Amino acid sequence: MTTLILALVGLVLAPVVGGYIAGLDRRLTARLQSRMGPPLAQPFYDVLKLWGKASNVSHPWLVFSAYMYLVSSALSVFILFTGGDLLLLFFVLTVGAVFQVVGALAVNSPYSQVGAQRELLQMLAYEPVLILVFMGIFLGSGSFAVADIFKLESPLLCSMPLLYIALGYAFTIKLRKSPFDIAASHHGHQELVKGVQTEYSGRELAMLEVAHWFDVVLMLGLCAIFWHTNVIGMAVLLIVTYIVEVLVDNISARMTWQWMLKNALGFGLTLSLANILWLYVK
Amino acid sequence: MKFLEKYINAGRLKSPWVVHFDCGSCNGCDIEVLACLTPVFDIERFGIINVGNPKHADVLLVTGTVNHRNAEVLKNIYDQMPDPKAVIAIGACACSGGVFRDCYNVLGGVDKVIPVDVYAPGCACRPESIIDGVVMALDVVKAKLGLGPMPKVRILGVQTSDEVDPATGLPFGATQEEKSEVAS
Repeated sequence: MTTLILALVGLVLAPVVGGYIAGLDRRLTARLQSRMGPPLAQPFYDVLKLWGKASNVSHPWLVFSAYMYLVSSALSVFILFTGGDLLLLFFVLTVGAVFQVVGALAVNSPYSQVGAQRELLQMLAYEPVLILVFMGIFLGSGSFAVADIFKLESPLLCSMPLLYIALGYAFTIKLRKSPFDIAASHHGHQELVKGVQTEYSGRELAMLEVAHWFDVVLMLGLCAIFWHTNVIGMAVLLIVTYIVEVLVDNISARMTWQWMLKNALGFGLTLSLANILWLYVK
Repeated sequence: MKFLEKYINAGRLKSPWVVHFDCGSCNGCDIEVLACLTPVFDIERFGIINVGNPKHADVLLVTGTVNHRNAEVLKNIYDQMPDPKAVIAIGACACSGGVFRDCYNVLGGVDKVIPVDVYAPGCACRPESIIDGVVMALDVVKAKLGLGPMPKVRILGVQTSDEVDPATGLPFGATQEEKSEVAS
């Protein structure tokens, strides 16, 4: 019962934390480009404004897909906070990604279509890596349940540093940061406009934004599993990871999908397999 | 949903996303629009983002004259923007047709095709002026939402008749008699 209440509290707090992280991200990015950057609460203003816009739906599937994506992201955060099964979380997360593609393919916009194809390639790149990371966690802890991992005595990072780097690849692709922002970029005035999100507007776009905050919290939560033994260590790990993400986002350009597949699958799979082999031998 | 309305209105005034349409400009004003995004002017401070997509945008920035070919495109882009929205005509050409006003293929300013909320004249329009234009457009949106008075003049750099001229100490709208009275 306590777990359930805590998970519900986490579910409510997740978008708040995610929104402020998005604001911090924009501010950090601005500072790296010697700009001032928007206020920390800017993502909330954006979402509130989008929520109040007049409805402009080009296809009913867009609305359905936006809801499904939001529900799947929120549900995967909920599963993580209840200490649930990582495999279940993985499948729920996939449903959201698939519905984003479905929504984008339902309309005729070429930007949306190209974005959808690229989103599928992104899934092809990060999902094998993510599943291998979960496999590694299973080999290290003997369980797929997050609650069981928290009963371990030493942090997982000590025995699986290579898997953490592989998770970093999945993190960057899932959150659409450069060099992997090929399906939809945060900077919409480029060749792909907003990719999969091009046709969404108003309320649906606001829901995608909130779902993205959930995703940020989820990915950071997955990183937190690697240092579960104390809060300070966990916080340091998360802060360092996120700052590195923002730095990589700023110093790299958007690459092609071929490059992404080669890199994410090549390095990601090699790193995770090497680490899994080591865990297996040990 | 009523209590959300207050916050939504706050959001509307703090996050104007712009989309820029070049209606056949000489690129002078376009360069100035892009200059607003650079670290020197940094419009993201005010929550302004260049979204490049009318479906996500709140403010339409138009540069250049409207001609028979692009009038339809301009109308289409305007129609794709969800309400509430605002339009800013940037530069002399977008405001009135500029030096091309009498050309056989030119319809005139942007307001011949879509309703314009703020005129930002200049050849080319300065980035400060464009930022001022977006801020004034927010006042217009505010007035349309019933939250404040409508700006009296929506042309940047033009004084309203009750504003005081620092040179004479009289309002700009003062009559010739009032002016001569003060002079004597």
